[in-house]
Amino acid sequence: MRRRWMAAVAVTVAGLLTLTACGDGGGAAQTPQAGGEKKVEVFSWWTGPGEADGLKAMKEIFEKQNPGLTFFDAAVAGGSGDKARALLATKLQADTPPDTFQGHAGAELQGYIKAGDLEPVNSLYDELKLKEVFPEQLVDQISVQGQIYSVPVNIHRSNVMWFNPAVLKEAGVTEVPKTIEEFVAALEKVKKTGKIPLSIGSEWTMVHLLESVLLGSLGTEAYNQLWSAGSDWSGPAMTKALNDFKTVLSYAGDPADDWQPAAKQVADGEAAFTIMGDWAYGYFHNPPDGGLGKKSKTDFDWAPSPGTGGTFMWLSDSFTLPKGAPNRAGALAWLKVAASKEGQDAFNPKKGSIPARKDADTSLYTDYLADALKDWGSDKLAGSIQHGVTVNDAWRVSINEAVGLFHTDKDVAALQTALAEAAKNSGQ
Amino acid sequence: MTRVRRWLPGLLLVMPSIIAIAVFVYGMLGWNFRLAMTDRHDEISEGSFVGLENFVTLWDQKRWGISVDHAIVFTVVFVGGALALGWLLAFLMEKGIRGEGTFRAVYLFPMAISFVATGVVWRWLMNSGQDERAVGLNRLFDSLGLDFLQWEWFRNPDWGMAAMAIPAIWQMSGYVMALFLAGFRGVPEDLREAARVDGCTEWQVYRHIVLPLLRPVTLSALIILGHISLKVFDLIVAVSGKQIITDVPAVFMWVAVFDSHDPAKGATIASYIVLAVSVFVIPYLVWTLRKERRP
Repeated sequence: MRRRWMAAVAVTVAGLLTLTACGDGGGAAQTPQAGGEKKVEVFSWWTGPGEADGLKAMKEIFEKQNPGLTFFDAAVAGGSGDKARALLATKLQADTPPDTFQGHAGAELQGYIKAGDLEPVNSLYDELKLKEVFPEQLVDQISVQGQIYSVPVNIHRSNVMWFNPAVLKEAGVTEVPKTIEEFVAALEKVKKTGKIPLSIGSEWTMVHLLESVLLGSLGTEAYNQLWSAGSDWSGPAMTKALNDFKTVLSYAGDPADDWQPAAKQVADGEAAFTIMGDWAYGYFHNPPDGGLGKKSKTDFDWAPSPGTGGTFMWLSDSFTLPKGAPNRAGALAWLKVAASKEGQDAFNPKKGSIPARKDADTSLYTDYLADALKDWGSDKLAGSIQHGVTVNDAWRVSINEAVGLFHTDKDVAALQTALAEAAKNSGQ
Repeated sequence: MTRVRRWLPGLLLVMPSIIAIAVFVYGMLGWNFRLAMTDRHDEISEGSFVGLENFVTLWDQKRWGISVDHAIVFTVVFVGGALALGWLLAFLMEKGIRGEGTFRAVYLFPMAISFVATGVVWRWLMNSGQDERAVGLNRLFDSLGLDFLQWEWFRNPDWGMAAMAIPAIWQMSGYVMALFLAGFRGVPEDLREAARVDGCTEWQVYRHIVLPLLRPVTLSALIILGHISLKVFDLIVAVSGKQIITDVPAVFMWVAVFDSHDPAKGATIASYIVLAVSVFVIPYLVWTLRKERRP
């Protein structure tokens, strides 16, 4: 009898131990520096060709400058970071943040700030005199009440129209369309040749298209006003802009799976235009496997999306200092590299973006990037919707929902009501 | 004392799992329902009790209505399709064809694949490109001269969810076949013989003898498929991502929690999913309990 008792107790205890052991194991796997050694966990969604190479270049500089520290790449795959950010949200909720994580500068970052997840990095800005080298509007977007919360590493442009010159020539489009009206006329001409006038990807690429059309139709002033209190989402100008969106969208081909297949249709000469951020340049231009290996200006070409010439719709990736970072000193060392001219000039040419710093070495940026760098210095600025600059996450989801519903019912009035509602409920 | 000795070791033995289930299943369920009844619409606020308000306002959202519609279409097509196909396969197999074991394995294999892998493959098969841009199944139809069969698959606004059920049917019908096959084999041969002696045609044997005896198997299959279908998430995300055109409650829940940062709304949707699944599962549990009590 006694032996059976002992067995029961032993099994019970063993069961409990297994349970707790599982818990520990899971935790240890997620926070590799739990032991407190010199690892710096850098959380990003840069796993694709180009971007991962850029990260590696920065890593090499980091490890050279900080011999005692090792870089731990905690990147999670998935374009625009939605999977990475879901994992990040659970980590932040559990108070087990990585040492530093990637976040889009602007309203998306404000979400983390409001939730109290971030530590200000003003001392770093003072120490490295960063306020002098970053554009003022950019620093505004990552600050709350004078506190700066992240270090931007790059700038992307959202309002870029990519096109296939051969397809345009065949359709008899001689001038690159500069206004929405010219754009619609060009789309109509392409349609007659039987090619896809405008290629499009999954639903988020339609929101990406919407932001370019809004900017082009409303103008930069009115577009930038949309994000302040008392903005006018219900007025006639917005109705016209949304009708423009409807017209442009009516020329879109069948939705591809994502932006890459949509861009590929342009590169392959199946489609004439696509509107996508300038990360598409790397995809067009890089040699195969990572990209399509196309020749710029002959196989593909670019211009600001119609109606947005002279305006740079930007978005920016930045690195943060989370509260309770296990290796705070290591995180600060990483931020210093990310902020440095050397770090940004190593990262950006590979990633296919331009540096956030104004004093970059311009000779490193050629072809499209030279254009972008020039425009960034001279253009008016506007913030992207889909990429977290002007709207916080909740608002962005509402806009995505409205556009997703619009894609099925094509009801402009319903879209406008939903967008106005979203602006009202955003609490921003 | 001796009586205690009889049940206590057993109880201790199952205690860890009882505790684990109490905390991680029922505790979490309770916590979720409590969260659904608060106004914690962002991650910072504490949230106060608002009763069933979230459960009511959810129905005002167009997206919720759409995702419920989608879930219903998906469930009907998936459960119906998998049951019909599984039954048909089992019926053919039951005739004792040669190489039955091989066929059984072949049809069961898809079940060993995760929905994510299935989804990735079928996303390509169900690509919406047509004619010269066709890939996958549309390409097949095109090259076979069956052009009229090409369609947008899951991107069709009206019947997209029916297309979405095809990979699920493909994956689960082998399992249903195995269930039915066991059921067919469980029908005593003498019952069939007796019916045949009484002058039943082979069809009538199936209609009046085998099918009624298969009812418990059908019910089990219905419940297993039904709860998978109502909770479906991985397949949808692998095929189309988080798009409205294929939105279902579980995907909406994910978006509410991780993208909109609205825990109360996510918890409300989760509660509805649990309730919908329990509509399937509870009658089944009651039914099996009652049956087991009978000697």
